[in-house]
Amino acid sequence: MIRLLATRLVQIVLVTALLSFAAFLLIGLMPGDPIEMAIAGDPRLSSEDAARLRALHGLDQPLMARYLAWAGGVLEGRFGHSRLFALPVAALLWPALAGTLELLGLALLLAAGLGVGLGALAALRPALAPLVQGLALFAQAVPAFWLGMLLIILFAVHLGWLPAGGAEGGWRALVLPVATLAFANLAAYARHAAAALAAALAEPHIRTARARGAGEGRVLFRHALPNAAVPLLTIAALDAGALVSGALIAETVFARPGMGKLIYDAVMGNDFNLALIALLVVAVVTMLATLMADLAQRWLDPRLA
Amino acid sequence: MRAGLGLLGLLAAFAASAPWLAALLGHDPFAPDLFNRFAPPSAAHPLGTDELGRDLLLRLAHGARVSLAVGLAAALAATGIGTLIGLLAAWRGGWLDAVLMRLADGLLALPALPLLVILAALDPSVVGLPRGEPGADMLRLALLLAAFGWVGVARLVRASALSLLARDFVRAARALGVSEARLLWRHVLPGLAAPIAIATALAVGGAILAESALSFLGLGIAPPAASWGNMLANAQELVFQAPLAALWPGLAILLAVLGCNLVADAISRGR
Repeated sequence: MIRLLATRLVQIVLVTALLSFAAFLLIGLMPGDPIEMAIAGDPRLSSEDAARLRALHGLDQPLMARYLAWAGGVLEGRFGHSRLFALPVAALLWPALAGTLELLGLALLLAAGLGVGLGALAALRPALAPLVQGLALFAQAVPAFWLGMLLIILFAVHLGWLPAGGAEGGWRALVLPVATLAFANLAAYARHAAAALAAALAEPHIRTARARGAGEGRVLFRHALPNAAVPLLTIAALDAGALVSGALIAETVFARPGMGKLIYDAVMGNDFNLALIALLVVAVVTMLATLMADLAQRWLDPRLA
Repeated sequence: MRAGLGLLGLLAAFAASAPWLAALLGHDPFAPDLFNRFAPPSAAHPLGTDELGRDLLLRLAHGARVSLAVGLAAALAATGIGTLIGLLAAWRGGWLDAVLMRLADGLLALPALPLLVILAALDPSVVGLPRGEPGADMLRLALLLAAFGWVGVARLVRASALSLLARDFVRAARALGVSEARLLWRHVLPGLAAPIAIATALAVGGAILAESALSFLGLGIAPPAASWGNMLANAQELVFQAPLAALWPGLAILLAVLGCNLVADAISRGR
């Protein structure tokens, strides 16, 4: 357990460092810098002014030196300013992260709950299994942004029950994004819950429980589900990245503040410092979530440790 | 298998028929016709027109060409890279295997879309790719998607290759003095046909979804060229005026991805 934790933490640090280096390099190689944009915006700026500004912001340094200075600052918690929002990056980051975690948490609960329910249905009533499988195939193929648009058209435009997006309206503004994100991740849970529950129900201790006269509900929830929890945690760990990708889509379609929308807005507004730092935060959170799911899995099933 | 191949065949036929459909209907799918904006479905415009009066059916067919081509190209590139890396890792083993698989784990653990959004926004001319030409967007997207798509293929191929390399026929071939290159090419690779086919089918579906998401976000295929994703981006701004315009491109993506997944499913069940 300790060994796993240590190797994985080292891996997370390495991946984050490599990712930041590669992304910084690619962004730095792009033609044009903020000073050139300032020149385009203000024709009175002389070339001496531009050179002075470049030196002031360290833009005259070689790329490697700039990366080291930037990475050192980020490690010390100096995230810099967002050019797009004219705010410190840190002030934008944490509220956005809170918004995304709220969306992700609710969607994960809904997807896992519905998925396990559908999986249980398929495992208990084999006649319904093809139906559940068909639904999973369908859910896997639906583009999340399209589903979000259809939900907006139905519930916001036609019926007028829920807001089409934004953050105002409390829980009402959360319903459609959470539903979209949950549906996009439902398929994996339903398929694997069906398989895991079918395998768990075939084990001898289930026959013992039934022979003792335990009801079907008790057999399912007390005896089969704990055994099926381990493969489901594997899916949760594997799908953490997909879930975060889905959050970016849900946040942009529903104009909901969060990390995905922050990254998207930063990219569209050419604010690459903000985009890069937000990407690194999202990557670290994703990898930590995967690690937590893996640890929980080993805790539940000591054979894996 | 039949259902999946049938779906994909229909979509491919639809994509191939784009010029023929344009001649039949007598419109140019890229030329604005401002007197015919938001036209309802009619004989002249079977699916109606968009906000610039362009025929939706024709744009859907041209979008099919772009979306299917990008999906297929990205998936084939990803399969090529993934097969090579997976086979190499399984055959060589040791530190090379460890390095390649940790690299794959690292890529797999990252949230793909936020990363793709940033990479797609970069200027492609930095790494020597053409910029601003019609085909350049497609090439850029295919390469970008392949750079992430190989991971799944490599893991599947490696797992299957490991079990094949431990079989008796491999030892027999080695004992006969077959060279390692020939061993991999003639004896191991044919045995990997099924996992490679499954991985390719899944990769095509994944690439079509990712391409449409990036185009939807305005970072993929740029208008006036049509792709299913950028048609949906237009439709989103117009959900109040023309809600139907949002229906068809999404349905097309759904059917294409469903077709790929059905094919992958059927191969993995051995049917």
